[in-house]
Amino acid sequence: MNFKNMREYLAWIYYQYLLITGIYVLEPWEKSIFNSFLFSAIAMVVYTSYVFVPIHMRLALEFFSGIFGGQPESTMALMN
Amino acid sequence: MTESSATKLLNGEACRRALNRKNANKNGYVKNHCLFQQSQKYRRSGEKKQNATHNPSLYKKPFVESFEETPLLVAVLTYMGYGILTIFGYLRDFLRHWNIEKCHVARERDEQRDFVPLYQDFENFYTRNLYMRIRDNWNRPICSVPGAKMDLVERVTHNYNWTFEHTGNVVKDVINMGSYNYLGFAENTGTCADAAIETTQKYGVGVGSTRCEMGNLDIHEELEELVARFLGVESSMAFGMGFATNSMNIPALTGKGCLILSDELNHASLVLGARLSGSTIRVFKHNNMQSLEKLLRDAIVHGQPRTHRPWKKILIVVEGIYSMEGSIVRLPEVIALKKRYKAYLYLDEAHSIGALGPNGKGVVDYFGLDPKDVDIMMGTFTKSFGAAGGYIGGKKELIDYLRCHSHSALYATSMSPPVAQQIITSMKIIMGEDGTTLGSDRLKQLSENTNYFRRRLRELGFIIYGNDDSPVVPLMLYMPAKIGAFGREMLKRNIGTVVVGFPATPIIESRARFCVSAAHTREMLDTALEAISEVGDLLQLKYSRREQPLSSLGWMSEESLLQD
Ligand SMILES: Cc1ncc(COP(=O)(O)O)c(C=O)c1O
Repeated sequence: MNFKNMREYLAWIYYQYLLITGIYVLEPWEKSIFNSFLFSAIAMVVYTSYVFVPIHMRLALEFFSGIFGGQPESTMALMN
Repeated sequence: MTESSATKLLNGEACRRALNRKNANKNGYVKNHCLFQQSQKYRRSGEKKQNATHNPSLYKKPFVESFEETPLLVAVLTYMGYGILTIFGYLRDFLRHWNIEKCHVARERDEQRDFVPLYQDFENFYTRNLYMRIRDNWNRPICSVPGAKMDLVERVTHNYNWTFEHTGNVVKDVINMGSYNYLGFAENTGTCADAAIETTQKYGVGVGSTRCEMGNLDIHEELEELVARFLGVESSMAFGMGFATNSMNIPALTGKGCLILSDELNHASLVLGARLSGSTIRVFKHNNMQSLEKLLRDAIVHGQPRTHRPWKKILIVVEGIYSMEGSIVRLPEVIALKKRYKAYLYLDEAHSIGALGPNGKGVVDYFGLDPKDVDIMMGTFTKSFGAAGGYIGGKKELIDYLRCHSHSALYATSMSPPVAQQIITSMKIIMGEDGTTLGSDRLKQLSENTNYFRRRLRELGFIIYGNDDSPVVPLMLYMPAKIGAFGREMLKRNIGTVVVGFPATPIIESRARFCVSAAHTREMLDTALEAISEVGDLLQLKYSRREQPLSSLGWMSEESLLQD
């Protein structure tokens, strides 16, 4: 397929999305229900990852650095 | 004997054979009674069903039939699509149930509220919630002769296919890729039409009686004599309807205590006939000779369930060309099996008569076999001859018996004379008895068109099912939305196609089915192919992952490599 511009390409992508999910055959209001469900689900996933992934990353980093890196300078100091 | 014990026995048999093989190593003696049993282990990975000739010695020419496997991703997405549509179906049913939305279909009345539901099974659900949404692709009225081109009545819907309105316009000159008009005899001009008009003036159109009363015209006798000669059988009988030929004659031939072995993809008329007959029906896998042989052996070894009396008759029911798969029956193997196990063979040539073989005489001619080897030759005049009705051909005793025992001979009004005349004229043209080469030209044109169309589609990268010589060409669509989109997009490009989905096919194997005709010119086919390719790109239908078009020889050597 060759496309004249970006818009045409996006329209084609949307058409493929309609066909593959099968919502091509649905009535417009059903399409919008499906789309809003799907997009809100995606939005939630994105949002939660935005909120929680940094925290988990930091925790994980701390955990692994606790294991592998950062040996105390001297074991003697600990014993005191 | 129940099914489970049958399988147990089969397994037992397999074990015994394995033991035999071990012994065989010792004393160099292999005892194998089966004609076509062979190891099923080695399958070509990309193919769903085996498509090599299993017993090449029985075939005079390469028998190439391919069913490319459904790509996994496509299968998954197809199921997902059906899942989504089903969810919305439930949503709509819910809305209809609570009267939030107007219900357009039949439903239980209030008085019946607590009865067993009438309209609730899966097929009803499917019709209401899936089929209805793309219904505009089917039942479209045609307002001209359905030849190579046709005119369609334009219609619109304002409520998403629940009702249609005719706009009064006509869509002109749509290329017809859907009619079973293999030899192009669906015409309103020409020799056949003229002859039919003449006959109408002589006999009228209605007959008003059955064959055994006042409805036996000389034209019917002439027709039957001609059909027998065409088929190369002793005698034949013509009926007014092809469907009734099957569904009414099978019960006349078999009854209680008989066994019918039926291909799983047989036409509804054959299935109905088999059920009406009251015989036991066992179904073998489509065109799979191992499966058929297994059933035959079982039937002979074990006889009837419980009593273990031998079956009175065993009737194998197959079709010539399968209209949804585009495959051709492995007739030489079926005949070998039938002879070996002394069964009878009922061959339905609805799609193959006229369309296959160097002389247009169907599969028997295609494989170069003797028509006497087929006990019951059935076929219809609806397809290649551009008429209506069906025939049965075979031994004279068989036909005489059917004349006084078949319901469609005794109770159905005989064939309309102009229809009979159309068949006579077109058949004579095919046989070359009209003194021209028109018939053989048409046959040649059809096989050229078929090969060209199939080859081009395969080169374009579509998944095409069936035999290389079959004029029925199924193109796989798979996803439910693509069924609707394909039909609509093709019609936008002025090409009329048939799209097929569940229940005519397995649920994921939706397809578009093209019927190539001798009436199609090369330009028409090229126009159609161009449009198909364009739509194929638009809908992403070029699923095939086969590198190069398969050639029969390359493939066989591959298999022989695998078997070593
Ligand atoms: C295999 C087969 N048998 C029988 C029939 C019924 O024939 P008719 O349409 O003439 O009633 C058909 C029709 O499609 C068919 O495909």
